[in-house]
Amino acid sequence: MRTVASASDMPGARRDTGRNAIAAAVAEAHRREWAFVLAATARVTRDLDAAEECVQDAYVAALDAWARQGVPRNPGAWLTTAARHRALDTLRRDRTLRAKLPLLIVGEQSSGDRDERAEGSEVIADDRLRLIFTCCHPALAREAQVALTLRLVCGLTTAEIAKAFVVSEPTMAARVTRAKKKISAARIAYRVPEAAELPDRLDAVLTVIHLLYTTGHTDPLGSVGLVRPDLVERAIALARLLRELMPDEPEVGGLLGLILITDARRATRTDPNGGLQLLEDQDRSLWDAAAIAEGCALVTNALRRGRPGRFALQAAIAALHAEAPGYDATDWPQLLVLYDRLLRAWPSPVVALNRAVVVAMVRGPDAGLDEIARLEQDGRLAGYRYLPAAKADLLRRLNRRDEARQSYQAAFDLSENAAERAFLAGRIAEMARVGR
Amino acid sequence: MAQYAILIYEAEGGYAGGGQEAWQQAMEAHTRFAGQVGERGGKILGGDALEPTATATSIRGDIVTDGPFAETKEALGGFYLIEARDLDHAIEIAKLCPAPYGGVEVRPIMDTSGG
Repeated sequence: MRTVASASDMPGARRDTGRNAIAAAVAEAHRREWAFVLAATARVTRDLDAAEECVQDAYVAALDAWARQGVPRNPGAWLTTAARHRALDTLRRDRTLRAKLPLLIVGEQSSGDRDERAEGSEVIADDRLRLIFTCCHPALAREAQVALTLRLVCGLTTAEIAKAFVVSEPTMAARVTRAKKKISAARIAYRVPEAAELPDRLDAVLTVIHLLYTTGHTDPLGSVGLVRPDLVERAIALARLLRELMPDEPEVGGLLGLILITDARRATRTDPNGGLQLLEDQDRSLWDAAAIAEGCALVTNALRRGRPGRFALQAAIAALHAEAPGYDATDWPQLLVLYDRLLRAWPSPVVALNRAVVVAMVRGPDAGLDEIARLEQDGRLAGYRYLPAAKADLLRRLNRRDEARQSYQAAFDLSENAAERAFLAGRIAEMARVGR
Repeated sequence: MAQYAILIYEAEGGYAGGGQEAWQQAMEAHTRFAGQVGERGGKILGGDALEPTATATSIRGDIVTDGPFAETKEALGGFYLIEARDLDHAIEIAKLCPAPYGGVEVRPIMDTSGG
């Protein structure tokens, strides 16, 4: 993976690297190092906009400098030094102007972010955790947290983020600007939360990454495909980064495990024509075994620490599915145990709905329908397409075709994803067919 | 240190319904709160309780109207001006602020000194 580093480690390969190779190295450094460089620079500028500008400039400068001098051994450190120099220059020039700006509150170094990289004698502390926690601060709206994380941690442009969330570019730009303004005006500190606040604050970060993943997992407005690979890749990269920065947090390992195991099934979730393939129909031999192995190891590790949280439990559920030789050979009773624990840790109606499906597998479709009926009365899932879809499937299994057709129709009316709609339309036709 | 306003929004009926006892309890809670702010490294710079919205008069341009700008279930009933290190610190303090019939809103004070 470390293509930049390995290329620069080869003697002689450096100086005659072509223009394209340099551009590729800079692009690679953008993908891998953006958060590191920006986070370190923001601590100098104490202003996110100024930091972004300096980092952009550093990447532009890298194109020329690396063509002349070769790709540095540690591109992240090179870019950080360049961006920080630029920041200090600007600071000197604009001292009077900046005196009037509200600056980022840079808290003291907390024990959470002690990942350090050395380049020569210069030691640069890793500020990426500060950046992540600032972007996901609970005083910011969830959609702003997501947008800021993509922009500042992943280095996406506003246009790219707007496209990912199907809003206009001006709308997204306004959202990002407003969030940045609140960070400085309300003095949201640029720091890693203290131990007492950490569980809640970390949960917000994990929620943002998970939301990013689920948006990519099943594109809510997907007119073409089911999956948005770009968002999925970003979510995986963020979860990996967080795992690297907070290796001792079981929920971080849980989230990465959950995403890896779920994504391991990506290739089989649709057939060659883009049609939806249910878990029971997927060819398990095509699942990404390496990703499942990595995910399952993370799950084991997270569970070993006791009192697993909602991400570790979801990952354990995904692992159980992934390790089952077939749908019918799945350990449904054990899944029900995990769902009961998940529901206690995270009393969400969506969890209760998924649990109802497992109840149906253990105790029969009627028992599952009873659970779903309770959820319908509860009302919080009104408008959630997977409720009528799950209900329809249980009714189908009981051969109650008219009712099943109605529920499939209700799910169809609620779904805006093309692959899902095509699947549901097929089921509606199947239920309507004569010869029951 | 930065300055924040803690705005207390509550259903006015709460104190009316609870009578003298509710009021007494609230007063004691606010006295305790004043002590807690100092213990947490913050500072109260000012603050007051407001008479109910029934006593409010709104003025827009030249038009004087009886009542508050907006009739809402929870009305601004009092405020504190505090000093805190950052938003997290202000939130930590605001969480301690008594508001049994509603909640509080934290707003940074705008720095207008820079011109």
